Amino acid sequence: MIEKALKGSPLYWGWLALLLVLMALGAACYIRQFNFGMGLTGMGRDLAWGLYISQFTFLVGVAAGGLMLVLPFYIHNYKVFGRLTILGEFLAISAIAMCLMFVMADIGQPIRALNMILHPTPNSMLFWDMVVLVGYLTLNIICGWVILTAEKKEVKPPKWVYFFVYVSIPFAVSIHTVTAMLYCGLPSRHFWLSAITAPRFLASAFAAGPALILIFCVIMKKFAHFDAGKEAVNKLITIIMYAAIINAFFVCMEFFVGYYSNVPGHIHALEYLFFGLEHDGHVYNNLVPFMWLSVIMCFAGLAVFSYMKLVKVQTDTLVVLGCALTFLSLFLDKGLGFVLGGLVVSPLHEIVEYYPTLNEILVSVGIWATGFFLVTMLYKIAVTVEHEVEV
Amino acid sequence: MYNKGLIVPGLVVFVFIATFPFWYNGLSAGPVPKPELPPGGEKSCVAPAAVMRAEHMTMLNVWRDEVLRNGDRVAVVVDGKEYRKGLQTACMSCHTDQEKFCNTCHAYTAVKPYCWDCHLTPANIVAKKEKQ
Amino acid sequence: MDNNRRSFLKIAGITALAGIGAPVAAHLSSTPALASAAPQEGHKAAAESGERGGVRFGMLIDMRKFYGHPDMLDKVIAACNKVHNIPHIVDKKTGEADRKNEIKWIWKTPYANAFPDQSAVHSSKTIAGNDFLVLCNHCQAPACVRVCPTKATFVLPENGIVAMDYHRCIGCRFCMMACPYGARSFNWEDPRPYISEYNPDFPTRMRGVVEKCTFCEERLALGQQPACVEAVQDSGAIVFGDLNNPESQICQVLARENTIQRSPAYGTQPSVFYIV
Repeated sequence: MIEKALKGSPLYWGWLALLLVLMALGAACYIRQFNFGMGLTGMGRDLAWGLYISQFTFLVGVAAGGLMLVLPFYIHNYKVFGRLTILGEFLAISAIAMCLMFVMADIGQPIRALNMILHPTPNSMLFWDMVVLVGYLTLNIICGWVILTAEKKEVKPPKWVYFFVYVSIPFAVSIHTVTAMLYCGLPSRHFWLSAITAPRFLASAFAAGPALILIFCVIMKKFAHFDAGKEAVNKLITIIMYAAIINAFFVCMEFFVGYYSNVPGHIHALEYLFFGLEHDGHVYNNLVPFMWLSVIMCFAGLAVFSYMKLVKVQTDTLVVLGCALTFLSLFLDKGLGFVLGGLVVSPLHEIVEYYPTLNEILVSVGIWATGFFLVTMLYKIAVTVEHEVEV
Repeated sequence: MYNKGLIVPGLVVFVFIATFPFWYNGLSAGPVPKPELPPGGEKSCVAPAAVMRAEHMTMLNVWRDEVLRNGDRVAVVVDGKEYRKGLQTACMSCHTDQEKFCNTCHAYTAVKPYCWDCHLTPANIVAKKEKQ
Repeated sequence: MDNNRRSFLKIAGITALAGIGAPVAAHLSSTPALASAAPQEGHKAAAESGERGGVRFGMLIDMRKFYGHPDMLDKVIAACNKVHNIPHIVDKKTGEADRKNEIKWIWKTPYANAFPDQSAVHSSKTIAGNDFLVLCNHCQAPACVRVCPTKATFVLPENGIVAMDYHRCIGCRFCMMACPYGARSFNWEDPRPYISEYNPDFPTRMRGVVEKCTFCEERLALGQQPACVEAVQDSGAIVFGDLNNPESQICQVLARENTIQRSPAYGTQPSVFYIV
């Protein structure tokens, strides 16, 4: 079916070419980092994780978000999502590919990465994260490809594939739970040491993933004559709203626990993220604008969706607006604030702010471009197959 | 066979490219390297030369794990001579010249061990001293 | 029929999840229920728990002997740096220590940073006016070892030292996230250009791996004291020995003096004790 991705309009090829340029740029920057060392990043001794790991964390969520399409369809037999599940699976494939690239970009000795398999260590959450991520990737490749092939041949998918479909549902939950466990099991990182980390990750994932899929749906409607259907879009918006509200609620709970208990360790990160943390006469606040932007975009996204529900309108512009606001809000919240906020106060209570370097940013852009490249090709295949079947 | 006209020349080109290194080097593996023996004139090692040639990398890995991971730093005694397990502490105390001993064969077999990213050669140590 | 298959597959899915979750849950629940938090209980509990019956090396730093002698602190740090080929990385512009890239095994820091959980308000002039030595605590329940995905950092069974295998480290820096004492450093670039003179008996490190204090495991094997202990041998300011042997000098001083550990509330059971 891969040949389906090789036929397209000039716009399609132009878009892929643009992505390829960005990928080449990212690769060049990565080679620089590979040859010199991680010193080319903005990370340092006191703030040893940065942009790479925070985006890895966010993208695991995007991958898990496809669950919101797969679960209603396969468990609740909600037929309306029938045309969308494949999009969820293909997005998961692309997002996990990006996750794995971000991890490889982040480790100091990438050529030794297989040590994780040669010396498996079950007490490390990173080991389990690798297991579930690779597992979920494999499951999605199997399910997505087999089901799409069956659709192309206009036959029912083979029965055995449903086993993998159902296994992929708990796997989707597990990838983000284990990713949260990377953070929430570390003794001295107060902001992360919270039992609500995993639930919060899942809530934001279930909003961010479907939001991205809806944006893709509108784009494909315009350029590829793919219609997800009004009811499906409407239902997905409901799901996104609930997930975003639950995520906001969890964040509020973090605020309550921190400020009401008045335990300094719990307050520091929130103070730094939202108001600026004062220490020795210097105020550290480089993330404050981003975090408030995240808050504003979260509520603005919810407002757009509420308006659509109350007035019962559904235009593509509003869908994209609401989804983009929600997605960006959650990106800033989890893909930036969560990791960096948790690290700003070092174990020795020294405060170090993080500024990514240009090299690091371009590597990240390259990885995002690779992800979009993959998702474009996979969606192109999926949509072309659907068109052929309809004709 | 379909497309004979394409497949057969294609195969010929592929075989030529795949075996190019042999042609390029004139079907010869080049002169076998002769690593320089210890300048101090030591005649014995922890094992016979043939064993060392074939097994030194395994032995270094075993030593590494024994010393670092199992805390077994008991020196190896051969013919009454004590060797402290370690590339830097045992091997390079006799084979002082990494360039003329290790690298000759490593270059010939095109392997790039990362030993000397961390372990110091006598030349490394002298170089820093002179700068002082 | 269709419904039956659906429900069967649901159960299969849940079973698979349980299968994945079980080992994790089993591991998490195997931690002792009450890891001792009180510092004075810390070493007793360690000796009694029997987890490591043999030797457990520990260190006692008598800060009273360092007060007013910052040169002694520097002597200790310099001794360690020299023995372990630790690079001195300086900011190329300012010429000062490069906070971002520096490598530290044992270093000095104000009381409020060394003991962030202790009150630093209204502290005495001695406490406020002196720096404190900090290093890896060689914890009995080390968080860094728990999180390492390749066993590149591990506890040596025969002496309780938290050791590093630089050959195996993949540089994920998870241990740096887990360590509550900031004891670990990462080689952000090749350290060699920043080492002025090599100790021929010890390797350097390569870029991309994490390193930290090893209690001079390589010197102990030769019957020597750790470099820091030796540097201030005359003053007896640092005592090193077996915490599990009541006859050892360190245990006798611990029994006599009031000591504290750094952040014992994290349940790591540090092996470094301080008299302040």
